[in-house]
Amino acid sequence: MSTVTSLPSRAAAATAGAAAAGTRSRFTDLVAAEWIKLWSLRSTWWTAVVAILVPWGAAAAAATADYDNWPNYGPRQQAAPHLFAVHDSWPLEGYLVIMLAAGALGALALAGEYGSGLIRTTTVAVPARGSVVLAKAVVQAGVWTVVGWITALGSYGIAQWILSGRHATISLGYSGVPRALVAAAMIAPVCALIGLGIGALVRHAGGAIGILTFVVLLLPQFFSLDKQWSADIRHLFPVSAFQRLTEIWTAQAQPGYYPATVAESWPVYLAWPVLAVAAAVWIVRRRDV
Amino acid sequence: MIEVHELTKRYGDKTAVDGLSFTVRPGQVTGFLGPNGAGKTTTLRLILGLDTPTSGAATVSGVRFADHPRGLRHVGALLDAHHVHPGRSAEAHLRALARSNGIAARRVGEVLEEVGLTEAARRRVGGFSLGMKQRLGIATALLGDPPVLMFDEPINGMDPEGVMWVRRLFRRLAAEGRTVFLSSHLMTEMENTADQLVVIGRGQLVAAEPVREFAARSTRRSVLVRTPQAAELTAVLVAAGAEVEPDGHAGSEGLSVTGLAAERIGALAFDNRVMLHELTTRSASLEEAFMELTADRVEYLAGQSR
Repeated sequence: MSTVTSLPSRAAAATAGAAAAGTRSRFTDLVAAEWIKLWSLRSTWWTAVVAILVPWGAAAAAATADYDNWPNYGPRQQAAPHLFAVHDSWPLEGYLVIMLAAGALGALALAGEYGSGLIRTTTVAVPARGSVVLAKAVVQAGVWTVVGWITALGSYGIAQWILSGRHATISLGYSGVPRALVAAAMIAPVCALIGLGIGALVRHAGGAIGILTFVVLLLPQFFSLDKQWSADIRHLFPVSAFQRLTEIWTAQAQPGYYPATVAESWPVYLAWPVLAVAAAVWIVRRRDV
Repeated sequence: MIEVHELTKRYGDKTAVDGLSFTVRPGQVTGFLGPNGAGKTTTLRLILGLDTPTSGAATVSGVRFADHPRGLRHVGALLDAHHVHPGRSAEAHLRALARSNGIAARRVGEVLEEVGLTEAARRRVGGFSLGMKQRLGIATALLGDPPVLMFDEPINGMDPEGVMWVRRLFRRLAAEGRTVFLSSHLMTEMENTADQLVVIGRGQLVAAEPVREFAARSTRRSVLVRTPQAAELTAVLVAAGAEVEPDGHAGSEGLSVTGLAAERIGALAFDNRVMLHELTTRSASLEEAFMELTADRVEYLAGQSR
């Protein structure tokens, strides 16, 4: 190929490149790209479905148990307000599943890319690595906020519908119930972002989900509520914050029993995801891909 | 244009790339050649900013690649065909990448058509053959219509028709004025595709020059001689200072002679009344030049000690 014949086409390639560079890519394009990635995997769909249906089932089971036991309840328990109706709406047993599902998808958003090597293709396409992590965080937080609200409103509705057969419902207007609803809905995005951070640190899908399970589920169990220092550590975990915020009544602190407070539980909801995303951005920018 | 300047990368006490400098120019296909473990992939990763160099620098069109917020319009790269999520379709994979760089979605259909994956676009990549994954990787590289393209071992797993197609594509991309940088450990592939060569061994530069010049470096020019009197001629040639070996194929009466020119061999045969059926000077192959120059730089030698 002589220089003379290649000259016009070289110029053509140059102008084509310049024209293409005219349209600039924004952060919203990265968010849209991560949205496409998330929903183009089948596992996302069934994970979201399981994350919704299991808490609904758990709420139905808890409410049904109170419905069945109602005739055995004494006058104090049968009198309004029916505090058990709050627990039946957002039972921890069911919500552990949405916590793990959200955390797992959050972890896979990064660990899955490292596992397959896709992260290298992604990084060549978007050398601004921190922006990629933030775009993933936006998508995970957004999707799981929606899924969390569907789950929380749904499980409240199911539990109240069953309990209405005994006229044992509790209104959304009752003091503390709106707080419990928000806490139940928002635990999903909190855990998704914690998962994202663990995925960035571990970079291995199985390892990340294992560590997530350990941190979210098991570790708080090692710290009892009967000593102040031990209770203080336990209350730093999202599960403990969820339990406190979805209760509208709790015993006062006394020697041998140190429950979490509402005031110290909300910061837990905020601190974990903020620290997790900050750690993910920092480490992904710093490490070789 | 890709410029690599005094590039070094160490992993612990192992030096993968060692003070490497070279330039890859537009309008040509440049082959990046070296034995396995020579540091080719590491060099490509350093150019693409996936790894941070221990020292030195690499720029693409005068800019460190990692300084671009978005990359696809600047460089198209295929590092490893497996760098895709197996659960995603080819179309979704490309659509997400296009969107991340603000590239119109219609471009996805164009590149899929270009690489011949239109039919398979909606199938999960996990079910693709290696050749199909290579085509998808090439489609990814073409997505942003970039002026610089880099491919690491792109013909691995491709059928002969695919290899022919890839060669034509690389030639066409270079003819359009783009920089095409192509790594391989297969010398024959470079002979057929590349104009220029960058050869490395053990992370160091061995040569950077046109393919023809590189091939001419081989000192081992040989002459093929076919004769029914092989034993007689061998004795005469060895006595004259040549090295004589049977020529490869079993049952062939050919001899491969080095150390004597064809004219001298013909004269010696004539003087000794040896009948010749063939006397051919064989120009050195790229492969031989490569083996000679990298012999002391090969990381893993099979069996033999040299």
